[in-house]
Amino acid sequence: MAEVILQAKHLGISFGGLKAVDDFNIEIRAGELMGLIGPNGAGKTTVFNLLTGVYTPTEGAFFLCGEKMNGKKTYQVVQAGIARTFQNIRLFKSMTVIENVMVAYGMSMKYKMPGALFRSRTYWREEAEYREKAMELLKIFGLEDKADFVADNLPYGQQRKLEIARALATGMKLLLLDEPAAGMNPTETADLLRCINVIREQFGIAILLIEHDMSLVMKICERIVVIDYGVTIATGLPEEIASNQRVITAYLGADEEEEGA
Amino acid sequence: MTVKVPKEKGKAIILNLIGVLILFLILVILNESGALSSYVSGVLMVCGIAIIMASSLNITVGYLGQIALGGCGFMAIGAYTAALITKAMEAGNILVGAGVPNTLRFLIGTIAGGILAAIFGILVGIPALRLRGDYLAIITLGFGEIIRVIIQNLKFAGGKGFSEGQAGQALVGINRLADIYVVFWIVVISVALLYTFIRSRYGRAIIAIRDDDIAAGASGLNTTFYKVLAFTVSAFFAGIAGGIFAHYIGSLNAATFGWLKSTEYVIMVVFGGMGSLTGSILAAIVLSALPELLRSFSEYRMLAYSVALVLVMIFKPTGLLGTYEFSLYRVLNRIFHEKKAGKKQEVK
Ligand SMILES: Nc1ncnc2c1ncn2[C@@H]1O[C@H](COP(=O)(O)OP(=O)(O)O)[C@@H](O)[C@H]1O
Ligand SMILES: [Mg+2]
Repeated sequence: MAEVILQAKHLGISFGGLKAVDDFNIEIRAGELMGLIGPNGAGKTTVFNLLTGVYTPTEGAFFLCGEKMNGKKTYQVVQAGIARTFQNIRLFKSMTVIENVMVAYGMSMKYKMPGALFRSRTYWREEAEYREKAMELLKIFGLEDKADFVADNLPYGQQRKLEIARALATGMKLLLLDEPAAGMNPTETADLLRCINVIREQFGIAILLIEHDMSLVMKICERIVVIDYGVTIATGLPEEIASNQRVITAYLGADEEEEGA
Repeated sequence: MTVKVPKEKGKAIILNLIGVLILFLILVILNESGALSSYVSGVLMVCGIAIIMASSLNITVGYLGQIALGGCGFMAIGAYTAALITKAMEAGNILVGAGVPNTLRFLIGTIAGGILAAIFGILVGIPALRLRGDYLAIITLGFGEIIRVIIQNLKFAGGKGFSEGQAGQALVGINRLADIYVVFWIVVISVALLYTFIRSRYGRAIIAIRDDDIAAGASGLNTTFYKVLAFTVSAFFAGIAGGIFAHYIGSLNAATFGWLKSTEYVIMVVFGGMGSLTGSILAAIVLSALPELLRSFSEYRMLAYSVALVLVMIFKPTGLLGTYEFSLYRVLNRIFHEKKAGKKQEVK
C-alpha cells in the first residue's frame, strides 16, 4: 500500500461555543483522490483552514508524512507540502497569469538578495527556468495563451484553473481543492475533470476534494468523507456513501438547490 | 548549461545605460560651462533626494500597499548618522587630506546612515506591520515623530539632553560634501537597485501580498518577513536620502523631519502612481521643482499639493502613471518597429 501522506486524528476547532469541526479523522495515501462532502456550512472549508494552518486546531493533531503540523504557520505548512485552492477565488489580481504561478515558485528559487539586486547568473537562470516550468503548468490547464494576461481579466472558469496551477507550483504532496467546479458550466466542469486526471497522472500527488456536486464526486473520488454540522457522518467508497441513510438524510432535498448556488 | 541574459533584456540594459550616460553628460556640460547656478544645482539636489525618497517609499506604500507615514524619521536617522560620522572622521583626521577624495567620507557616512535607518526599519516594522491601513499609518506616523523628538534631545546631535526637557539647536558645521555628480550616481544606482529588487522573487512576493495576503501565505510566502523586508528597504533608502541631505544642507535641525514632510513624500508616491517607479521619479521632480518655480507662491505649496492630489484621485485614482513603467527599449522599439510593439500592447 502507498505511503500515508496525510493523517488527521480527532481534529477539532470551536469558535466561541460553536464546534465547527469535531473529531475529524482522515488518512490519505499517495496518489489517492479523496472526496470531502457535506451540506453548506457543514465545516468543509474549516477543515481546509485547519489543514493549512489558517486556524490552529483546538483539539487533535494532523501529520504530513508523519510530521506533526499543528501550530505551524500557513507558509510552513505549504513549504512542508500541503497546497490548496480557495472556495472564493483568491488570485493575485493585478499580476499576470504567469506571474501568479511564479509567485508560488518563489520558494523553490535559490537566488538571494545580492543575486536579485545585481542580477546574478543564478537570477537569470532560475527566472528563465521557472518561467518555463510555469508555462508547462499553464499548458496543462490550457492557459498558455493567456500567460501575459492580467489574472483579474480571465473568465471565471480559467481563474479557477489558474488557482490550481498556482497551487501545483508549490510542489506539494497533498493538494486541497475547495469546490473547484463551483460556478462552472458542464463543459468547464468536464474540462476541469480532465485537468485533475492529468495532474494525478503527472504528479502522483494525493488530492482532497471538496465538492457540492454529489454526482461529480461519486464519479471521480476513490473514497469519500461526509461531514454534517462539523461531525463526520460517513466514510467509505462512493457506492457505500450513495446508499448511506444518514448521508441521504443530510442531503435530502438539497440536490436540486445546489445548481443555482 | 550556459546562462545568458535574454537578448531583449540585454539590449534594454545597454539602452538604459546609454540613456543615463547622456543625462550625466548633459549635467556635466551644464555644470562645467557654468550654466548651473548654485541655486539650480540646489534644486536638482532636492529633486534627487525626493526621487530616492519617493521611489523607495513606493516599495512600502505602492507595491506592498501599506500606508507608512514615518519616512522622515528614517531620513533623520540617516542624516544625523551620516553627519556625525563625517564630522567624527574630520575631527579625528581619518581619510582627510590630500590624496583622499572627500567623496569617500561622504559615501561611508551616507551608507552607514542607510544601514542604521534600515536597522530601525526592522525594529519599527516588526511590531507596526501587524497593523494595517489607518492603524499602520497612525503608528508609523507616531514612530516617525518619536524618532524626531529623540534626536532633538540627543546631546551629541545638537540637543540639550533629555533632562533639560527642551529641544536643542541644530547640528551645525557639516561639511557640504554632497557633490552633484556623486549624488547623480547615487540616485541612479538607488533607482536601479529598487527596480531590480521589485522585479525579482522578492518584489513579486511583495506585490502578491498586497493583492491577497492569505493567498500569498498559501503560496508558501512568509508574509511577515516580506512585509518587514519592504519596510526595511524603504527605510534604508530614506537613510541614504538623509545622508545626502545632511551633506548638501550643511546643518541639521530635527524639526525638518516632521510628519508633514513625510506626508509630502507619500503624496509623491500616490501622485505618481502606487506601483510605478517611473511615476515616483516624475512626481518627485514635478512636486519638488514646482514650488521652486513658483517661489513667490511657496506658502500655497501644500494647497497646491492638496488640489493636485484631489484632482488626480478624482480623474486617475491609480495615480498619474498607475503601475506603468517607462522603458527606453519599448519606446524605441515602438518608434522603429511600429507593428511589433502594437501587437505586444494588446496583451494587457
Ligand atoms: N472564523 C470563524 N469564526 C466563526 N465561525 C466560523 C469561522 N469559520 C467558519 N465558521 C463557521 O463554521 C461553520 C462551517 O463553515 P464552513 O467550513 O465554511 O462550511 P462549508 O465549507 O462546509 O460550507 C459555519 O457555521 C461557519 O459560520
Ligand atoms: Mg466552504
